[in-house]
Amino acid sequence: MRKIAKTRATRAKHVKAKPARGSEHKSAHVMLMVGTRKGAFFYHSDAARSRWTSDGPHFLGHIVNQVVIDPRDGHTMLAASKTGHLGPTIFRSTDMGKTWAEVPHPPRFSKPENGTAPRTLDYTFTLVPGHPSEPAQWWAGASPPGLFRSEDGGLTWNEVAELHRHPAWEKWGGYQTGTPDGAMLQWITIDPRDPSHMYIVTSEGGVFETTDKCVSWRPMNKNVAVTFLPDEFPEIGQDTHCLQIHPTHPDRLYQQSHCGIYRIDRPSDEWTRIGRNMPKEIGDIGFGIVLDPRDADSAWVFPMDGTDVWPRTSVDGKPALYRTSDAGATWKRLDRGLPRANAYYTVLRQAFVGDGCDPLGIYFGTTSGEVWASSNAGSSWKRIAEHLPRILSVTPAVL
Amino acid sequence: MIRVSIPSPLHSYTRGLSALECEAGTLAELAARLDSRFPGIRFRIIDEHDRIRRHIRFFVNQEMARDLQYPLAAGDEVMIVCALSGGV
Repeated sequence: MRKIAKTRATRAKHVKAKPARGSEHKSAHVMLMVGTRKGAFFYHSDAARSRWTSDGPHFLGHIVNQVVIDPRDGHTMLAASKTGHLGPTIFRSTDMGKTWAEVPHPPRFSKPENGTAPRTLDYTFTLVPGHPSEPAQWWAGASPPGLFRSEDGGLTWNEVAELHRHPAWEKWGGYQTGTPDGAMLQWITIDPRDPSHMYIVTSEGGVFETTDKCVSWRPMNKNVAVTFLPDEFPEIGQDTHCLQIHPTHPDRLYQQSHCGIYRIDRPSDEWTRIGRNMPKEIGDIGFGIVLDPRDADSAWVFPMDGTDVWPRTSVDGKPALYRTSDAGATWKRLDRGLPRANAYYTVLRQAFVGDGCDPLGIYFGTTSGEVWASSNAGSSWKRIAEHLPRILSVTPAVL
Repeated sequence: MIRVSIPSPLHSYTRGLSALECEAGTLAELAARLDSRFPGIRFRIIDEHDRIRRHIRFFVNQEMARDLQYPLAAGDEVMIVCALSGGV
């Protein structure tokens, strides 16, 4: 097993991390794990979340899609990595990132049985700790679209065959190619009340739901627009960029799609386009969405230009978040501390997050290598890092 | 014995070795032997369908070998190359 002993983890601590959602702490030390095109960088806050120290680089030169701390044990970390030449793998740390070892069996596709085209794993995109009642379970989403499960804390990974052998999977999951970085299974969400109830998202299929722990699946895309297809409201074919289940009111979900911002309240299976209430000159296109565990009616988005060739940069070069406090009926602009002009930020779907603390800390990383932080629910902003490589993800943990 | 040249992106597996010797009758056998000695190295250069990865090349005695069944004989020199293919 490949081991990396020297990671420059200068601030690695043997302390337990807490889940970055629902924390009741008025003050908290937050750790941000920033995955970039050229490695990972960690940032540690003081108790007020106003001063930050850096730790890194880790895996310099690797394409690190995400680094995640397991909130269930508070110290196991997984990192999804590949390089420009070498195939994809997963690194694992059990000492808060001080040392890392490659896992013995990273995600990979099996050989197809029914004459379908073989899929070759390009990269693992997202890593998701399993339900708290299943402490050794992890989930991973990949490109080309694939769902993988580990039952041993991330050491060995296997395909979720029930999904990959579903008769409709070739249509639901998309194909090996796609723009700009290939089609993906890009989001995995577990109902906190029931580990058998999950949602996944594919970049060419939209949202899918299982209520029997992956045995059966069904699309859940009703009323979500796909303006670039002949049928604007197909059963599948949506490009849901981000899907967030509310951690304390799990019947409510929000999604930021290629074609708008939506909310759903289960058991309804029809989405409502709450992005219609955004200012027309801003629109409702973006990648990520952030929720507050104490308030199911609040959500934050980072709108980007979705006109003509879909630039996906801050509208008019003026970065801003928009917050709703009434479940999407109205939206308020938040831009204090952000650049006033000439800032064409792109914030990718895993690079816009909340820490769950009270007041909510919100963070985003840009493809131009800046990390911004707010410790007051987005009311004001401070840049805590710059000059980093292209940021692919920002993952918070409360220490 | 086959003499094998290892590119720098794989040195973390070989504990810094840039060249080593191994017995093998084919490239596939060579990859398997390397993986048993340096676990994980094979999947970084050969995918789950036993295909050489897109940006990896094997040269046997300076001739590019695209097939893992390429035969090897004692005294052969195998060079594993991270193919130059632009960059970002």
